[in-house]
Amino acid sequence: MSDATAEAAPPEATIQPVDAETPFQRFVSEFLDSKVATAAFLFLLAIIALAIFAPWITPQNPYDLAQVDVLDGRLAPGSEAFAGYTMWLGSDGAGRDLYSAILYGLRISLSVGVTSGLIALVIGMAVGLLAAYTGGRTENVIMRIVDLQLSFPAALVALMLIAILGKGVDKIILALVVAQWAYYARTVRASALVERHKEYVEAAACLGISHARIVFRHIMPNCLAPLIVVGTVQTASAISLEATLSFLGVGMPQTSPSLGVLIANGFEYMLSGRYWISVFPGVALLVTVVSINLVGDHLRDVLNPRLNTGGGK
Amino acid sequence: MSAPLLEIRNVSKRFVRRLDLAGKIASRLGAGVSEETVHAVDNVSFSIAKGEVVGLVGESGCGKSTLGRVVAGIHKPTEGQVFFEGQDVAALTGARKREATLAIQMIFQDPFASLNPRMRVEDIIGEAPVYHGLTTRAGAASYVDEIMTKVGLDPSLKKRYPHQFSGGQRQRIGIARALAVKPKFLVCDEAIAALDVSIQAQVINLFMDLREEFDLTYLFISHDLSVVEHIADRVVIMYLGRVVESAGTENVFERPVHPYTSALLAEAPRLDQRKRAFVPIKGEIPSPLEPPHGCHFHPRCPHAVPECSADPPALETVRTDHVAACHLRGRFV
Repeated sequence: MSDATAEAAPPEATIQPVDAETPFQRFVSEFLDSKVATAAFLFLLAIIALAIFAPWITPQNPYDLAQVDVLDGRLAPGSEAFAGYTMWLGSDGAGRDLYSAILYGLRISLSVGVTSGLIALVIGMAVGLLAAYTGGRTENVIMRIVDLQLSFPAALVALMLIAILGKGVDKIILALVVAQWAYYARTVRASALVERHKEYVEAAACLGISHARIVFRHIMPNCLAPLIVVGTVQTASAISLEATLSFLGVGMPQTSPSLGVLIANGFEYMLSGRYWISVFPGVALLVTVVSINLVGDHLRDVLNPRLNTGGGK
Repeated sequence: MSAPLLEIRNVSKRFVRRLDLAGKIASRLGAGVSEETVHAVDNVSFSIAKGEVVGLVGESGCGKSTLGRVVAGIHKPTEGQVFFEGQDVAALTGARKREATLAIQMIFQDPFASLNPRMRVEDIIGEAPVYHGLTTRAGAASYVDEIMTKVGLDPSLKKRYPHQFSGGQRQRIGIARALAVKPKFLVCDEAIAALDVSIQAQVINLFMDLREEFDLTYLFISHDLSVVEHIADRVVIMYLGRVVESAGTENVFERPVHPYTSALLAEAPRLDQRKRAFVPIKGEIPSPLEPPHGCHFHPRCPHAVPECSADPPALETVRTDHVAACHLRGRFV
């Protein structure tokens, strides 16, 4: 290297922005700017913690028949159970403590929602990346299937599938995945199309890097931001969809009752004044879904401006 | 002149916008929708000798970037061949193909879009050499340090992300990424156009230093005649997908033959012409969707004769190492 370059470089180095933050750190600080979203996020963390630690913080395992006493059935909130503890949220028709039943129900609702969301995300991402990268006929076929899928209401697709497959946890998850993968595929394809034509992808091709590596190391990481947003919102909608199916009696079986099953169980008592059996699981479902949606909405606000500037400042 | 390092022979690149299903139906029903073909590059041939710097000049939309991408192997030519070290690049396979791919690298115009925003500088520079086994995973750190020093970057910045650098530094990262695979030939696509003028000079100097150090050959694509005059040994002028004139830098600037070249030179700002009024080339560059018949330049040419709108002129030798495609062959001068 000649002297000219050696002398020329330093003045340029002094004007570069001193910005030690990683993109992730900036993302976190921007996310925490919104009080509502931060509160929703903390709420969500609390709900997840309650669901995970349910066996240690509930007085009863509501699905262990030895611990459930039918004589405790339909007790009002605040009554004392036969076993001696207080049922702060009352009990349902079979004598299960509602507080315990809701936490156990949350476990099932959340795990079904998250599992189906993750599977749908992986499938949708793979399909969307394939469509965007190959282009041409493959892309057309894939995207028309996606359009077809999205033109049916998700609940209808899930109902039809369960009618064909029958009941069971695995079938519910499958139905939710089928009802939702198309949203992910469309989102990923849109952002992958933008990234694919950027010069850094051309540079990678020029450097002789394989197609698979270009797709997974270069294009995919730059498509994750919108995917996280869609993933959050779609997980909330998977949880409500599962509750809807369960409420209609085609969802989770009685042996693994989600929040939707609990709401359905209490429905027959609503008119006799025993509101708590349906209302408390309903409130739990509402709070969960609203928290996830608030977090998702704010994630979209934080991540979107960066999309427009291609991940820059 | 020695045997050419790179030769392109009758290369054409056409982009066709195919009709989708709705378009096909509309066209059947007589809606006048048809496939659109852009002749981005139209039957271009030239060769570049080892160690040479060739400037490729033209207005935006004339196909110079597309030609650069064909040379760099990013686009496949619709017709014609690219020969590197005497071998047809498209016919190579396996290790030989990889060798040719790595030997021709490209420096891009936009220093923001050309670096992956989610990768650290060390990964951007080090990915390809590790992938191709030019260095080991363990040796990558010192390999990257060495290349960063060569392009005038501080190796201690290698853990940073591209957005933490200025435009000039990003362009140096792009150059380091290309150099990391030990290329012999660099295609610089408007590589300094997006930079501040003060930084432009530094990057040009860097290019010239690297040329000596690594024995590089350049295809330097630019719309800036003053830059090309400064660094190029030979200049190729393109207009609407075709080469209109090609000659040694001195011949092009002192004795241009094609009216388009003269017009470009007349409009280039120069210190000794500060007081004269600028007369832009009349009209707009025509749409490459429907290029004019005959010589593409005739609707804007001040010297056009009837022959110009009838037949496209072929490239003819005017003097040693100087070809131009004009029916008038400089008689108007």
